[in-house]
Amino acid sequence: MKTVSAGLLVGIVLVFVAGAGSAQEASRSSAWTRTTPKSEGEPKGYVQFQDYCSMCHGEGPGQPGTMALQAKYKGAQPALLSQRTDLTPQLIKLYVRNGTSIMPIFRKTEISDADLDLIADYLTRNNKK
Amino acid sequence: MRLPPGVSSHDFSSALTQFANAVGKEWVFTSDDDVNTYRDSYSPFWHEPEEPIPSAAVAPDGVEQVQAVVKIANNFKIPLWIISTGKNLGYGGSAPLLGGSMVLDLKRMDRIIEVNEKNHYALVEPGVSYFDLYRYIQDKGLKVLIDPADPGWGSLIGNAVDRGGGRTPMRDHFDAHCGMEIVLPDGEVMRTGMGALPDSKTWQQYRYGFGPYVDGLFSQSSLGVVTKMGFWLFPQPEAYLTGSVTVMKRDDLIPLVAGLAYLMNSGIVLGTTSVANPLAFARRDPALAALYAKPGGASTEELEQYAQEKNLGFWSVELPFYGPAKVVAAQWEYAKEKFSTIPGVKFTEGTINRFPIKPDELPQFNSVAVGIPSLSVFGVGSARSEGHIWFSPIIPMTGEAILEAQKVFTDAYKELGMSMGPMFFLGPSSNYPRCFLVLFGFPIEHDIEKNRKNRENFKKIVQVAAEHGWGEYRTHTAFMETVAQTYSFNNHALLRFHETVKDAVDPNGILAPGKCGIWPKHMRKARA
Repeated sequence: MKTVSAGLLVGIVLVFVAGAGSAQEASRSSAWTRTTPKSEGEPKGYVQFQDYCSMCHGEGPGQPGTMALQAKYKGAQPALLSQRTDLTPQLIKLYVRNGTSIMPIFRKTEISDADLDLIADYLTRNNKK
Repeated sequence: MRLPPGVSSHDFSSALTQFANAVGKEWVFTSDDDVNTYRDSYSPFWHEPEEPIPSAAVAPDGVEQVQAVVKIANNFKIPLWIISTGKNLGYGGSAPLLGGSMVLDLKRMDRIIEVNEKNHYALVEPGVSYFDLYRYIQDKGLKVLIDPADPGWGSLIGNAVDRGGGRTPMRDHFDAHCGMEIVLPDGEVMRTGMGALPDSKTWQQYRYGFGPYVDGLFSQSSLGVVTKMGFWLFPQPEAYLTGSVTVMKRDDLIPLVAGLAYLMNSGIVLGTTSVANPLAFARRDPALAALYAKPGGASTEELEQYAQEKNLGFWSVELPFYGPAKVVAAQWEYAKEKFSTIPGVKFTEGTINRFPIKPDELPQFNSVAVGIPSLSVFGVGSARSEGHIWFSPIIPMTGEAILEAQKVFTDAYKELGMSMGPMFFLGPSSNYPRCFLVLFGFPIEHDIEKNRKNRENFKKIVQVAAEHGWGEYRTHTAFMETVAQTYSFNNHALLRFHETVKDAVDPNGILAPGKCGIWPKHMRKARA
């Protein structure tokens, strides 16, 4: 596994470089928190993103979703979903309810429609209006 | 709308109304879009008519609702397939084995009933994931370690009843359980072990209760719906230490694994470790590739020389130690003494990590080994894969067995024309005591021909393993029949016993028909 881990670390470094241009939330990490996240002072949907997405699409080591998006866009888009400005609620819902590549399908008993709306709010909050 | 097998549309429609009355209309899923979310994301039957798609799903919240659902299903003879968090990816995900079954989705039952840090146990419902339990413990600052499966979104109960494994001293998840609450196929609730004593004070502390111990019948089982389960937890240790042992020659594997088995069976090493072959990681090096490409392949002497020159070693194991800092240091010293009789052995000192492990210490090792759930296991090949299924035989914990298995599976892969890529022969790992688990990943693609070929190959590999005395510990729903047929001692005496029990406990055969090759009487085929 050692060689694989070294590869992952290179990927992660690239992710941070790719994400560095997005200054809007430079101080806020989207890494999965070890305690239950609080909503105070956070954008709408942050808590739901934390609960359902950040363990795969957050910052930090061992984030398969972030790594896959880095491999896909090679820096043309931020690998971190929380820094994207081009996602639409329809697209987010399509991926969550149908899966893609190794990302599996998520059921309503896991992520309710109401929580999915909030996740979409969070991931589209920086889109140009 | 799909119908459950053998159920009329009139009856199904009446049953759906009754399910809705029992759990609430919004928790009965019948639309194509909703039913689609219960497909196996890593199905080896993708785009094929054989893909087992459910007819509908029902999601109760609480044991009384589970009882009501099971009673209704029993009245209408509707097969139910039970899922917890539904993330058993590689083994069937959230989809049933039998197409048209209704999925009984327990994800909403996600209560953490108790975490006890004095006697170190937890009591949870099936919808609780490793992520959920970890955060609960961190929020409250409790000094206990959980043992996550590699994918942290898994259910403690779902993984344990499927006999999954982790990496810490509590890594054999079914073995770590203590006490179950089960809804039986007639809707009755039963508690096992000390839970059978009303107002018991030791349900999570003494496993066996009184009389025959039945808990094992409810693992990899179709006899009941587990609605609560207790788990023993490891007290948060003072320290985690790892040290690596590397040997230089091929046949050094035999004393290396003998030493490992001694340390594990003596309780000195109590975590998951894998026997690694450093040469496998170097196979892209042109010098090594040239050796392998020679007619007849590389000789052992050539490989040993290559390993020596590159200072790689032929085999290595990383030993994990959990406990007081002084004790783990002494255990590592003792391990080195034990292995020092192997000529040329090398030791690599690991660092001592003290609990609680800080986030910036994490990249050094897999966080799952220190009880922090993660999804990093999905990182390997994530950019180009549509999923995977696992072929996962158990082999003896000996060097001889590893050498034999490597040869047997290499020959079989060559004969079947299969690629020996990075998912070939992962491990062998000590996820369970006294043996090795070997994992072989079979890629899933949305390509019918490739999946058909892979399914055929999978079945052949199961046979090859069985012919050498190695059986699977667990398998994808698509291969349960195949694997069950290999456990055939004395004309399938064990399977026939399971069928006798199934017929007695679930006469209408409503729970998980076909699971692990056990079919209800009315669906059972004549045995060849």
